[in-house]
Amino acid sequence: MIPVLFVFAYLIAVIYIGVFAFRRKVGDHPAEDYFLANRSLGQVVFLLSLFGTNMTAFAILGSSGHAFANGIVTYGLMASSSALIVPLSLFLLGTRVWALGKRFGFITPVQMFRDRWECGHIGTVITVVQAALLVPYIIIGVMGGGTALFAISGGRVPFWLGGAVVALVVMIYVFFGGMRGTAWVNSFQTTLFLVFGAVALIVIGVGMGGFGNAIAELQASSGTAALLTRERVSPLFFISYTFIPLSSINFPHMIIFCLTAQRMQHFKKTVILYPLCMLAIWLPAVFLGVTANRATEVPAIQAKLEARQMLVTQGPQLNPAQRNELRAKSAGDDILLRLLDFYAPLWLAGLLGAGIMAAVMASDSQILALSTMFSEDIFAFYEGKERFGEKAQVLTGRIFVIGLTIIAYTIALRFPQPIFDLAVQYAFSGYSALMPLLVAALFWKRSTKWGALAVTLWTAASVIAVAVFQSVVATPQVVWAVGGVEVLARTPAGTAIFGLMPVVPMVLISALLMVVVSWLTRKPTDATLNRYFAS
Amino acid sequence: MKQLLLIAAVLILYLLHQDFWFWRTANPIAFGFLPIGLFYHVCYTLAISVLMWALVKFAWPAKLEQQAEQSTAESSVSNHTPSSGVTK
Repeated sequence: MIPVLFVFAYLIAVIYIGVFAFRRKVGDHPAEDYFLANRSLGQVVFLLSLFGTNMTAFAILGSSGHAFANGIVTYGLMASSSALIVPLSLFLLGTRVWALGKRFGFITPVQMFRDRWECGHIGTVITVVQAALLVPYIIIGVMGGGTALFAISGGRVPFWLGGAVVALVVMIYVFFGGMRGTAWVNSFQTTLFLVFGAVALIVIGVGMGGFGNAIAELQASSGTAALLTRERVSPLFFISYTFIPLSSINFPHMIIFCLTAQRMQHFKKTVILYPLCMLAIWLPAVFLGVTANRATEVPAIQAKLEARQMLVTQGPQLNPAQRNELRAKSAGDDILLRLLDFYAPLWLAGLLGAGIMAAVMASDSQILALSTMFSEDIFAFYEGKERFGEKAQVLTGRIFVIGLTIIAYTIALRFPQPIFDLAVQYAFSGYSALMPLLVAALFWKRSTKWGALAVTLWTAASVIAVAVFQSVVATPQVVWAVGGVEVLARTPAGTAIFGLMPVVPMVLISALLMVVVSWLTRKPTDATLNRYFAS
Repeated sequence: MKQLLLIAAVLILYLLHQDFWFWRTANPIAFGFLPIGLFYHVCYTLAISVLMWALVKFAWPAKLEQQAEQSTAESSVSNHTPSSGVTK
């Protein structure tokens, strides 16, 4: 029960920080204050909160689980590629978005798109697609809270109660604290899991008798030696995965966070330190995930290894339901919790459990982003602000936070997690495919609103097509081959097009559509272009 | 010239991410516990940080910041409404 007490103490601290600790008197612009913390975040909070916003349960727990099953390839696949692409996009795009936001007062990316391309309803279409891709992420956050609290309490706190507690805490500080509260909570959470990640690594390493021994044992066994190489993933899959981090800057909560910095100078240290933060979080998570394969003295991990072995040896003879059951048993998303539970002393497991809760509760900025988009891109755009005033707009945003949290919680209780795990994967590809919107808006004068619409519709259609394909076609099979070359295949990991992940053609076709459709349609007026591109 | 060098550095670093040469081997094990494939990407991550420092140092878009500071009052939020004449 001690770990649960630590977690509840942590949740109380989070509410205090989010609601009370950094309250300011609201000025003349309540909307900008609530949704953007009045564009006043300092250097340290900007770095920590931006990084924390991007580090979700999927990143921390999911990475360990992925490494448990696939080995060290997880780091190159997800961490080092993001360590390059994310700060590079912050440097090239984030700084420009910040400058335009400061000049023209934008609060959401769609406000910028509407102004830049002189459009209205097309902006609404972009908002709807962005929101649809973001919702599964929020649901996963609620589920992650329920699962983590269930695991940390040893089953004493049921999933429904854990999910409700986490959703309520997030709702409270987002409702009252807005962007300022969310940013400070994110900073606190990032600090926690940066510190505790290192502590967890040391404690578990000592418990396992040293990592050198663990690695030697893994290498000596034919069943686990491959985990120390990257042979479980093809080089083509590895290359195509570098397209996934393109999604990061296109997530609405990330772009909106770019607008919160007080000065553009704050991007400097963020860009330089971001890769190091990635290293500090992901290296322990991946390394512990891999070495967990040697932790056979942990009963829960031994059960996972047995399920995996059975899947390998008897898989072809089993029916789909039995295979799915074994896959669920062998899944490693709770692997860090299992290691901590076994190797860390009780009080430390409690502290580290609080650190894991910090990672799981990343849905705050996504909820706030959706609320911001609704109140700015829908409510204000369709004259709600003019009719009812800015205070009513902020109130609408706050009510939206409550409504969204209740809906996400209700859905989280009714549907199984794997559905949303998949949806989140589609969301990454979808946001990557939206990349040409931001690049064209910022760098290409000749881009048009019709090009933007084509990109958005293509993104929605391709995400739906991949989802339908993967739910209809059984795995694994080649669906279309030409002259011995596999064009389209259903793989255990998803879908392969010429051996690449779908995200690659999605992004390339999206970029092509932006270029072709823009060339065929009328460009924005010179007055607008001069505002954006005058030297 | 400086800009070209930085662009080349970014492209080279992207290509270096695809380190197929360590694909099927765990050896040598760095520091006795880090398989070479993982050690390579740890070093790679550190190299990215150095590249980002170079970008910030030599290609910082200072003009954007000056423009933003000068014209914070240039325009109010452009939420085009039907009455503003922008096509919806």
